[in-house]
Amino acid sequence: MSIAITTQIICFTILSLVILIGALGVVLLESIVYSAFLLGGVFMSVAGLYLLLNASFVAAAQVLVYVGAVNVLIIFAIMLVNKKEDLKPINDIKSRRIISTSICLTLLSLLIRVDLTNVWSLSSPQNSIGEESTIRIGEHLFSDYLLPFEVASVLLLMAMIGAIVLARRDVMSKDISTGLPVDQELLEKPSEQLLTNKN
Amino acid sequence: MMSLESIPIQAFLIISSALFCIGIWGLLNSRNAVRVLMSIELMLNAVNINLMSFSSYVDNNLIQGQVFTIFVITVAAAEAAVGLAILLSLYRNRVTIDMESFNLLKW
Repeated sequence: MSIAITTQIICFTILSLVILIGALGVVLLESIVYSAFLLGGVFMSVAGLYLLLNASFVAAAQVLVYVGAVNVLIIFAIMLVNKKEDLKPINDIKSRRIISTSICLTLLSLLIRVDLTNVWSLSSPQNSIGEESTIRIGEHLFSDYLLPFEVASVLLLMAMIGAIVLARRDVMSKDISTGLPVDQELLEKPSEQLLTNKN
Repeated sequence: MMSLESIPIQAFLIISSALFCIGIWGLLNSRNAVRVLMSIELMLNAVNINLMSFSSYVDNNLIQGQVFTIFVITVAAAEAAVGLAILLSLYRNRVTIDMESFNLLKW
């Protein structure tokens, strides 16, 4: 890394502040739309951290996949299901909050203690391949990680088919505006909605 | 103050731990199902930061952590697609996305 250490520290501080404040906003804000856009900011800052760690390919993949695909998908889902509803109050919400917050704080203190007390056996920076990491990732993907690479493609195919099957809208038997039966030769029969009246 | 050669690895690890715990808190406390999915994405990102920092500081010649991160990103994309599809079909059947009303499998 050829950037001066002062610049690195400044960049790291800004990026980590954006990450932490953005993540707190994601879980704490009332409006889910603000949360989704803050999540995009968190993803971008994580990509910045990857750049600080000499990993330009993974940073680009992070921006493309997370900001470009996952975040857009989340915003689409919000627009499809964003209905204002009055949530039923939970009676023991306060004790639940206290217990979950204490569990999270305990876990955080444990993790930070491990981070700070363990002695990491860091390798020498002379070994670093730096900007050639993209070439090295390609070599890994086509030699010792070939099987996981192929399995990942099968996984993506399965996820695509599964998402289409799950999210497909059930076909109506009648046209809503005219009331006439719809020609359904090529379409499946509508499945019954089992859960609508149950609470 | 002693001069640093580079940012210590502990800084990255602490950021990642904090992000992971924020994700767990959101997972436990959200009532909106979309926010639960967002919290899972936050936790996956925390794990990715961890893998990337170890790959850069401990294994900076073979960088196997970066390959793992790419696989995690792939699985996260698949998970987001399937999770949101499940959410849409739940919303179509129950007309709500409140996590408290999804109790069909509860004894």
